[in-house]
Amino acid sequence: MIEWPLLSLLIWLPITGGIFILFFSKSEWINPRWFALFTVAATWALCVPLILFFDRDASNMQFTETVSWIPTFNIHYALGVDGFSVPLILLTAFCTLLAVLAGWKSIQKHVAQYMAAFLIMMGLMHGVFAARDAILFYMFWESMLVPMFLIIGIWGGDNRVYATIKFFLYTFLGSILMLVALIYLGIQAGGFSIEDFQKMPLGLTAQLFIFIAFFMAFAVKVPMWPVHTWLPDAHVEAPTGGSVILAAIMLKMGAYGFLRLSLPIAPDASLLLNKWIIALSLIAIVYIGFVSLVQRDMKKLIAYSSIAHMGFVTLGLFVGYLLIAEQRSVESMQLGIEGAFVQVISHGFISAALFLCVGVLYDRMHSRLIGDYGAVVDRMPIFAVFFVLFALANSGLPGTSGFVGEFMVILSTLQANFWIAALAAITLIVGAAYNLWLVKRVIFGQASHGGISSLEDIDFRECVMLLLLAGAVLFVGLYPAALLNLMHTSVDSLLQQMMQSKIG
Amino acid sequence: MMPFHFSDFQFFLPEIWVAGAVCVILLVECFDFKEKHKWIYGLTQATLLGALLLTLPLWWMEKRVVLNGMFAADKLATVAKGIIYLVTAMALVYAREYVHVRNFEKSEYYVLTLTAVLGMMVIVSGAHLLSLYLGIELLSLSLYALIAMRRDSSLALEAALKFFVIGALGSGLLLYGISMIYGVSAHLDIRSVAEFAAETSESRLMLMLGVVFIISGLAFKLGSVPFHMWVPDVYQGSPTSVTAFISSAPKVAAFGLVARFLMEAFPVLHGEWQQFLLILAISSMALGNIIAIAQTNIKRMLAYSAITHMGFFLLGVLVGTGQGNAAALFYIMAYVLMSLGAFGMVIFMSRAGVEAEKIDDFKGLNAVHPWYAFIMMVLMFSLAGVPPTVGFYAKLSVLKSIIDVDMVWLAVVAVIFALMGAYYYLRVVKTVYFDAPGKNLERFVLPPRDLRVVLSLNGLAIIGLGLFPYGLMLLCQQVFA
Repeated sequence: MIEWPLLSLLIWLPITGGIFILFFSKSEWINPRWFALFTVAATWALCVPLILFFDRDASNMQFTETVSWIPTFNIHYALGVDGFSVPLILLTAFCTLLAVLAGWKSIQKHVAQYMAAFLIMMGLMHGVFAARDAILFYMFWESMLVPMFLIIGIWGGDNRVYATIKFFLYTFLGSILMLVALIYLGIQAGGFSIEDFQKMPLGLTAQLFIFIAFFMAFAVKVPMWPVHTWLPDAHVEAPTGGSVILAAIMLKMGAYGFLRLSLPIAPDASLLLNKWIIALSLIAIVYIGFVSLVQRDMKKLIAYSSIAHMGFVTLGLFVGYLLIAEQRSVESMQLGIEGAFVQVISHGFISAALFLCVGVLYDRMHSRLIGDYGAVVDRMPIFAVFFVLFALANSGLPGTSGFVGEFMVILSTLQANFWIAALAAITLIVGAAYNLWLVKRVIFGQASHGGISSLEDIDFRECVMLLLLAGAVLFVGLYPAALLNLMHTSVDSLLQQMMQSKIG
Repeated sequence: MMPFHFSDFQFFLPEIWVAGAVCVILLVECFDFKEKHKWIYGLTQATLLGALLLTLPLWWMEKRVVLNGMFAADKLATVAKGIIYLVTAMALVYAREYVHVRNFEKSEYYVLTLTAVLGMMVIVSGAHLLSLYLGIELLSLSLYALIAMRRDSSLALEAALKFFVIGALGSGLLLYGISMIYGVSAHLDIRSVAEFAAETSESRLMLMLGVVFIISGLAFKLGSVPFHMWVPDVYQGSPTSVTAFISSAPKVAAFGLVARFLMEAFPVLHGEWQQFLLILAISSMALGNIIAIAQTNIKRMLAYSAITHMGFFLLGVLVGTGQGNAAALFYIMAYVLMSLGAFGMVIFMSRAGVEAEKIDDFKGLNAVHPWYAFIMMVLMFSLAGVPPTVGFYAKLSVLKSIIDVDMVWLAVVAVIFALMGAYYYLRVVKTVYFDAPGKNLERFVLPPRDLRVVLSLNGLAIIGLGLFPYGLMLLCQQVFA
């Protein structure tokens, strides 16, 4: 194993870079754009040893670092990664690059602050995925809101103030209740190590309250119906880079929270409440799917479709308990959770790609309304290829990453309950409907006005962004085993924790 | 009667030093020479520094009660005094230019600040109900005069008068409570009162009645609901430099009052006074947060925020454990830094003839001075309790001590109110970052360097203590070890 603190570097290198940009924003010799790109590239370089030296067969945390931080409360600066964290850290690094590139030209005011905000947020997000101490986790989790608040508020659209305050308050409400639960657990366990929380026995009543508190935090982040209303607002108003990070990473934190905290810490409460979660997931999948169908704003459409897709994630995570009730095999539970996690990663790529596509169009036409486009393919053929690919991936075309996760989740659900699976599967048709209809109205059809004829196709920078994403979408779609191998062991140990009652 | 030892002197040497310095400064005032105010300002800062140096060694000494049980020298007093000096020195840096350009830079400003400091020192070292009362009066009288120093401002005069009347009422209640306790126990020094309260069973009710009056008096001083009405008017009406001072150092003294009156004198009645503090705390958090949302004047908003924070602070006190007390002390220290910084920012935005009192006066600060916009943001997020700022750990330690005694429901109530509070702090951040620069910034004059440096350090301290809160937490725990 390597000796140097890889995870700390992954966290603090981008943060230091961000602070550096802020301080030297006025000097001539440093270009914030290139410096940010350089910092992201350096962070990418750090990801290489992370994946090379990651031991896929070990179920315990790896690359661990533990330093006593606040001994009075027994809080540690404890980091470590497992098969869930590593893909998410890679995804974060990947998406930050996109966010930096997305703002390359379209951000003209406070460039240094824009780049710094994304770099700092990158470090904080790595911290969320790497923290092994509950308070450290909470600290990263909450501080991340601050740069995002500023990103939406400073560089957002017309209604940005409303959107960003709504975003902040919604997420703050959820997470502050989680804080109470974490403190309670910390007192019970005599320390704030998440691993201790997972091992500790806990009465059912306590588990229920803790589960609900966690649920508030994670359901808002995912977001699940009915606490999803901040998402369309935040997405529509955020600049493209902000939307990418929101959709690709922030939403995933909710799913990560369920995996890391809710399921292992309160398995009995999860067992008791899983029907409700599954019901909410189905509402998200079906109802929000139909809501997406009627959107006139492209960003809103993608935002709603994100909610529907994240419904598959929560469905896959919690369907396992139905399988236990039906006394099905462990393999089918595994399938559900792995499917949910593949969906997490895949949706990260696809939603990022779609938001970037909308950003490309918005930079040219300054409109997000579907009605303002049409026949874009005539002027932007290369762009049209990418757009169609991502739209199809979003509707779950086999061969793209969107197919793998949803298919696995549905397969797993099918063994638990035919009707739930049927309902979820049928809505794939709705998904195909709104995606294809979007393509039809934006890319093909009649040009809505003369402005379309002056459009220019994507330049080199945009092409690189979309090419990277297309590669990722196809790679996960064609060879999901790469991702599955990475997390297999972690899923196994999660399943053990999920099935072991903690009462008594 | 305890015999007086000459070595006892060292315990109250800081008080003697400050009192002596007050006399010296008053004498210097009589002479007329060039740049007199600068000299007096320097002397005042030197006095505070000297007092700090004299107080520091007491940290390593055993707890002692000297002067016939009037005066306690313990860790609580030492820590509180240290914070009071530091905060006062910072408040004076913020005040210097402010009072100068507004033509009320008189020597009395500095002298009254020092006498207020002396009053606070007497409070935090009070081991006797009357010496506590003496300290309160010394502090309050100095503050009344400080507020009224701006004679040409009717708002300031109104604030001073209001503060005086309400303060007198509060002191009256306190004194009434003290007299009841004296009536049943025939003691005034805290140790004997505590012993009496522990033994007696028949006079418990009478003692309790006294405690009720004392709590009401304390609530006046702290500004918690329902005794809060003076806070917004006084915060708004006072010259901002005075508000910065009132909102910071006296809160530390108020902690001393609460510690001496409740934690030390009546630990046996904890079950009873806990109920009162519970009501005070919850209603303060509720009312402060809700009304703060409607404010457009930043000083008033910060006043309501102060009410809220006092409510949160009382949560730590009402727990009644050593950990709760330490959490409350930590909370006060953190709050004092934040509040001072916030009013420092208000002073930063003001200039000759312009009081930047509206939240709108901060519009677009980020476009002109990103660094100070950043500090304002840090202060606001810290007040809201968002990590990684010290405000978060203040809330965390209070919440932890509440949950430790199985009052989870109270923790949930507290965080819900904290969420409400986040809204109006966010609105300030919004004004600073999202709005276009307003009129106030067109003719903006950068304040002098010392203010900017101290303000920056103030902001950085809030992040620094947010990342590494351990030292300060340990200090608070040792006070109540």
